[in-house]
Amino acid sequence: MSSGPRAASLFDPALIKPAIVESFRKLDPRVQIRNPVMFVLEMVALVATVLMVRDIVGGAKGVGFTVQIVIWLWATLLFANFAEAVAEGRGKAQADALRRTRTETVAKRLLGVSDMFEQVRAPELQVGDVVLVEAGDTIPGDGEIIEGVATVDESAITGESAPVIREAGGDRSAVTGGTRVLSDRIKVKVTAAAGSSFLDRMIALVEGAVRQKTPNEIALNILLAGLTIIFIFAVASIPSFADYAGGAVSAVVLIALFVTLIPTTIGALLSAIGIAGMDRLVRFNVLATSGRAVEAAGDVDTLLLDKTGTITLGNRQATAFLPVRGITERELAEAARLASLADDTPEGRSIVVLAKEKHGLRGMEMGELKARFVPFSANTRMSGVDHEGAVIRKGAVEAIIEHAQGLGIGKMIPPDAERIANDIARQGGTPLAVSRNGQILGIVHLKDIVKGGIRERFAELRKMGIRTVMITGDNAVTAAAIAAEAGVDDFLAQATPEAKLKLIREEQAKGKLVAMCGDGTNDAPALAQADVGVAMHTGTAAAREAGNMVDLDSDPTKLIEIVAIGKQLLMTRGALTTFSIANDVAKYFAIIPAMFLAFYPQLDTLNVMSLATPQSAILSAIIFNALIIIALVPLALRGVRYTPGGAAALLRRNLLIYGLGGIIVPFIGIKAIDLVVSAVGLA
Amino acid sequence: MTVNGWIQILVFIAIVVALARPIGGYLDRVLEGERTFLSPVLGPVERGFYWLSGVKPTENQSWWAYCGGMLIFHLFGFALLYGLQRLQGMLPFNPQDMAAVAPDLAANTAMSFATNTNWQNYGGESTMSYLVQMAGLTVQNFTSAASGIALAAALVRGFARAESRGIGNFWADLVRVTLYVLLPMCIVLTLFYVWQGVPQNLSPYVEATTLEGGKQVIAQGPVASQLAIKMLGTNGGGFFNANSAHPYENPTALSNLVQMLSILVLGAAMTNVFGRRVGDERQGWAILAAMGVLFVVGVFITYWAEAGGNPLLTALGVDPSAGNMEGKEVRFGEALSALFAVVTTAASCGAVNAMHDSFMPLGGAVPLANMLLGEVIVGGVGAGLYGMLLFAIISVFVAGLMVGRTPEYVGKKIEAREVKMTMLAILCLPLVVLGFTALATVIPAGLAGPANAGPHGFSEIFYAFTSAAANNGSAFGGLTGNTMFYNSTLAVTMAVGRFAMIVPMLAVAGSLAAKRKTAVSVGTFPTHGGLFIGLLVGVVVIVGGLTYFPALALGPIAEHLAMLAGSVF
Repeated sequence: MSSGPRAASLFDPALIKPAIVESFRKLDPRVQIRNPVMFVLEMVALVATVLMVRDIVGGAKGVGFTVQIVIWLWATLLFANFAEAVAEGRGKAQADALRRTRTETVAKRLLGVSDMFEQVRAPELQVGDVVLVEAGDTIPGDGEIIEGVATVDESAITGESAPVIREAGGDRSAVTGGTRVLSDRIKVKVTAAAGSSFLDRMIALVEGAVRQKTPNEIALNILLAGLTIIFIFAVASIPSFADYAGGAVSAVVLIALFVTLIPTTIGALLSAIGIAGMDRLVRFNVLATSGRAVEAAGDVDTLLLDKTGTITLGNRQATAFLPVRGITERELAEAARLASLADDTPEGRSIVVLAKEKHGLRGMEMGELKARFVPFSANTRMSGVDHEGAVIRKGAVEAIIEHAQGLGIGKMIPPDAERIANDIARQGGTPLAVSRNGQILGIVHLKDIVKGGIRERFAELRKMGIRTVMITGDNAVTAAAIAAEAGVDDFLAQATPEAKLKLIREEQAKGKLVAMCGDGTNDAPALAQADVGVAMHTGTAAAREAGNMVDLDSDPTKLIEIVAIGKQLLMTRGALTTFSIANDVAKYFAIIPAMFLAFYPQLDTLNVMSLATPQSAILSAIIFNALIIIALVPLALRGVRYTPGGAAALLRRNLLIYGLGGIIVPFIGIKAIDLVVSAVGLA
Repeated sequence: MTVNGWIQILVFIAIVVALARPIGGYLDRVLEGERTFLSPVLGPVERGFYWLSGVKPTENQSWWAYCGGMLIFHLFGFALLYGLQRLQGMLPFNPQDMAAVAPDLAANTAMSFATNTNWQNYGGESTMSYLVQMAGLTVQNFTSAASGIALAAALVRGFARAESRGIGNFWADLVRVTLYVLLPMCIVLTLFYVWQGVPQNLSPYVEATTLEGGKQVIAQGPVASQLAIKMLGTNGGGFFNANSAHPYENPTALSNLVQMLSILVLGAAMTNVFGRRVGDERQGWAILAAMGVLFVVGVFITYWAEAGGNPLLTALGVDPSAGNMEGKEVRFGEALSALFAVVTTAASCGAVNAMHDSFMPLGGAVPLANMLLGEVIVGGVGAGLYGMLLFAIISVFVAGLMVGRTPEYVGKKIEAREVKMTMLAILCLPLVVLGFTALATVIPAGLAGPANAGPHGFSEIFYAFTSAAANNGSAFGGLTGNTMFYNSTLAVTMAVGRFAMIVPMLAVAGSLAAKRKTAVSVGTFPTHGGLFIGLLVGVVVIVGGLTYFPALALGPIAEHLAMLAGSVF
């Protein structure tokens, strides 16, 4: 996981200063109107200010109290703006770093068949243009390599300093504008117009410029607006109730009560929570095309994973030499090693490695061996060497049997060869027969190696309530064995792109949200169909377009972090909403007795906090209401802790902390502020 | 408080819980149009109604078609009842020669019965002819109750159905509930009440000579039949002015028990219908349990306040063990009066067997609070369930966020549209309650109403609008309601409290029905356990408390504290 310059500390002075300036700029009602609660607060603060001016001009009594209330109303608003500005500031810092990499690039646009090119500025490139990129050049735009192979430094995007290989054809053909070719030369077909490239999208994303409210955020905003309206009713009816009781309540006090009741705490922090959530995702090196996708990740029920490269290491490896009766293991290992020396496939190399590890067989290059290498062909389905008159072959069991019979030397096919081969297949491995001069020596066990630690990752997903399904082209027997070893919940064997799509649709029809990781072009339809499609950054452009997230580290198990971030985002909103509403209980107990004391002295019994005077009670409540916002900014930016586990346990914990805590904390806080306020003599 | 009192209370609760499941099963079959043991007899009648009215009972109505049908139906009901009252002088079954009811009172009463409120600004025996009582009021008692159950069924279908365009058929629901549930049960109950001594006749009033030689007019009428539906349909409108405190309307302890049971039985059973429909009866029990918690707490406070007696009287040497018997019937005592008061206000019934106005301040605050919470503690038939489910939506929304998932309830995702409509429905009540109370406490026409001064007078006004908005209909007493101002404002309050809430509620039903069901996983917050019950109770209390705390502080709380300080109003 790379972090580097991306993880700015919470209260970095470099972020604080512009955030303070920004807090004032955000007082513009056109900005505030996007957040109903804060907009109402601003309108009410304006009214209070007008009343204050009237009182000052009219020389009314007790104007000092009014001035203090008005100051704290504006402070509440500024604190809310500050929270949002800090969250945005952190994104801006990252965006600036990205922007520096997007310096003016000059592209070499190819003119036709030959390597003739003209120099154009990168923004002038059109989709479909083919450009030449040579060692040292910056790739001018997103595209697909159509010719050549190169090492590319992608640290600008991924933060990963080790260069990566990009080549034409296959699943490693996509390149990103702004990255640099270190060696060789490639021809790239441009796939994204200037302004809509990956880098542009990334900058816009971390800056929060394109931030749209997510569905749950919209729903929560409606809830908060509804509560605000309820409190309008509750407060607006007080003057006539007071009038009936033969008293009066000043407008400033009513405004103070109203502001403390409406959910300003969550209202103030709502957008900061959203921005910080996206920011956390970016720091995990995942880019989401929308906040909606991040929220959906929190809801995922089923996760589809490709076997190869995700659950297992990319290739099969030799794990055992199993000789037939009468042959020693060393004999088999030696023959297998010879047959594989010139074999450049990962399987071949793993046989050489195993022979060295187990039997100390080493040395000798093909050159000094004076042997003739017989490469693998689809026709014979085997490969091998002709060495000092010996014909050594390895390949699929049936192919080797056919080969042995074909040599016609009349050697018996060892009866145990087939038994060994079947055993291996049952364990999910691939049997590879080895023969010398038509005599079958034994079987090499090629095995899919399950990645270390993957089992624990799946267990964690299960605790989150997510079912994992492995997708593989293997037959069912092999797939079942690997699925059991890796600890996935289910598997789809002999999967075709259509079968994948069908599986996703079936899961969705059952009411489940499906996430899928993929990199190949043939994954694109499934990525698009899945509710959360995470494309690997190393994947093809088609896959990256189809998904709604891109993982820059190309780590499929990253989904665990993505899910956790999605959940954290929702939990933080829910927890602060609960806290905000629970706070109101204490605020009522502070303000109601103070408000009505003049005409119903018996209501002093409700003053359970024994606040010094009615004025100090009201002032303390409004100061608490403002300060709690600042106090909760770190939590809003960091997010509520998420530990995988049952929903009931999570809820119990959060209700205890934010619900019960939300009721108790303000009683203590308001009392403490009241002590200070009355000690200093503010009211 | 006595052990005997608590045993009576607990026996009552046990019977309600025991009846919820069997009756819920029957209701569920009826609402789904399945065969019941009454089908051989009532099936032809049911089909006859459809044939006469041209209704296709299998037609699956969209939420707005369902809603439109319901609104038109009640508009006609309102007009019919208004007309009957205005014309009663010219119509038969009027042995006492009652004159036409005044327009504002007639409109108030018509709205009151069409909305299942049964707020009564009139005295039954001195205002209404037998024809109006039978063909007007009793008919509305049936239809408003049936409509409430139908509406709850529609919301339940919203949760239960997946990717469905419709939420059922209003006309079929209405006919089935009336025919298979209300009518048969009321026939049985009527016979029972007649056996207990409730009159059922069309005779003129009887004049009797009392022991002292004075003359007393004893009212008569078809009381038992009206009484049966008044309780079962949580209507609450008394045949007599004294309602169920009148010896002819509630003669014995047994009739008192059966009346209380019939108030709660259908509402409690509806929670079971919900559980059955969504495929997990525990969901229904959880809702009922949340209602039960609020109920028991209410009973405890009221009983405690009433049994304790008035400390001011105790100070004067009155034996406190008798409790506060002012305004109570001796044949019921504190325990059953307190229980009845909580039952009738928890369930949006509004019938009374004691005068709530005479309760201790805190004892009277409980019925008030029950209504302010939105009549969700079992609630009116149907209305209680849909009210509580709306609160469940809000609870699940906040809780769902806290477990890190898009909130969902019984497999349905709760999204912006549901939250918006739910908030609209919840907003109706405080708007009219606080708005009209604020108006009435400052203008002379409003201030002319209460009989008492100070916080108690405030409570009388506040209680009236609360009772009307919650469609409860119980009166605190003391308020002179038969004036132009109160007749009209209370009528508007009742209409908003019923219909303005139903429209967004049905929108929620329609929107839920169209959604697909999501699968349950470890990450899904279980809504059938103690945690959810606690959460739901907490949300109901906190939302209600936060909305009405200032008003409660100036009413019952101020009065209670003043009493402790030695002054009464």
